[in-house]
Amino acid sequence: MVNWIWLFFIVISVVVAAINGRIDAVTQAAFDGAKSGVTISFGLISIMVFWLGMMRIAEDAGVLKKLAKLLSPVIRRLFPDVPANHPAMGYIMSNLSANLFGLGNAATPMGIKAMQELQKLNPDQTTATPAMCTLLALNTSSITLVPTTLIAIRMNYGSANPAEIVGTTLAATFVATGAAILADRWYRRRSSPPPGIHHKQIPIQKSIDPPPIAATASLRKSGGGKVV
Amino acid sequence: MFDLFTRLSAWLIPAIIVFIPLYAAFRKVPVYETFVEGAKDGFGTAINIIPSLVGMMVAISMFRASGAMDLMLGAVRPLFDWLSIPTEVLPLGILRPLTGAGSLAFTADLIATHGPDSMIGRIASTIQGSTDTTLYVLTVYFGAIGIRKTKYALKVGLFSDLVGFLAAILICLYIFK
Repeated sequence: MVNWIWLFFIVISVVVAAINGRIDAVTQAAFDGAKSGVTISFGLISIMVFWLGMMRIAEDAGVLKKLAKLLSPVIRRLFPDVPANHPAMGYIMSNLSANLFGLGNAATPMGIKAMQELQKLNPDQTTATPAMCTLLALNTSSITLVPTTLIAIRMNYGSANPAEIVGTTLAATFVATGAAILADRWYRRRSSPPPGIHHKQIPIQKSIDPPPIAATASLRKSGGGKVV
Repeated sequence: MFDLFTRLSAWLIPAIIVFIPLYAAFRKVPVYETFVEGAKDGFGTAINIIPSLVGMMVAISMFRASGAMDLMLGAVRPLFDWLSIPTEVLPLGILRPLTGAGSLAFTADLIATHGPDSMIGRIASTIQGSTDTTLYVLTVYFGAIGIRKTKYALKVGLFSDLVGFLAAILICLYIFK
């Protein structure tokens, strides 16, 4: 689907630009876009370096494991195919809590780190696993308790009650997240094979951390229907 | 209440930054060395994202500059008129999943033009606050680990954006009428 959207954007842009006589603008926009892609990535370097350093300390000190244990009943339901004591769980937890408190620049590095941990459980390194899709779904709908940027903007333009949108935002966020979880469940169930048929372990290239038996067992369970 | 929360979130990051190393030192972890060791991964990870992010930003930037985005909006506008939803917020529904900076700028513009306490201002704020930039999140997260086949992830993200967009409008129309 990403392939199609990408192709659609580019082809339509050139066609429309040709009709509108904006070919020069589109050429310029293509290079501006490339430049901003690089700028954003470079902006991420400092944040990534800092938070990944911090999180390594947290991991070595066992903070992440504690955090994962604290909320694991809820998270485990959402990620049935990740072993409960896997480091990915700790990173998923920190990613979700950073989102919750609106710490955007901490949420991204932790989310990426969680993805890297999930990648270690992935038999096919180029295809997303169901757990990755669930984590992505939770992040695209981003549950935020207080949208601080917007409150600041509203304050800036002299709102009588800048924070009055907190309630409506929270409600809309819950609906969006609920929709994401439901859609994710639906696709997950549809794409997982019937129990006991597929799950032969594909020999993995460099599995330093191969999916333990517990992982496949819980995968089988989730494949059998009855998920949350 | 809001005051309390802003103060709380201002203290949250410093609290985390001091708590983690302190606790780790207590558990006899060599904090500085561990920090440097973990931080090493940050550079490579950020660099890994560049190809996917450049690809995506080029497409979106072309789409906006060509006028194709305006055409798309024109096509959906009658439906919004018919539902008596303020059409001014419509571009936000399309911008929001595509570009975070673009939709934030658009929201700020709507708030500036119509006032933060107008219905349009409130709806725009709610839409902007309630979902994230799906395409960006997908590009960055999957780009960082080299996932090329994204399966149903994008569909789920866009579906949730659509639901969030409609929910934001309906909730605002109901609460602030």
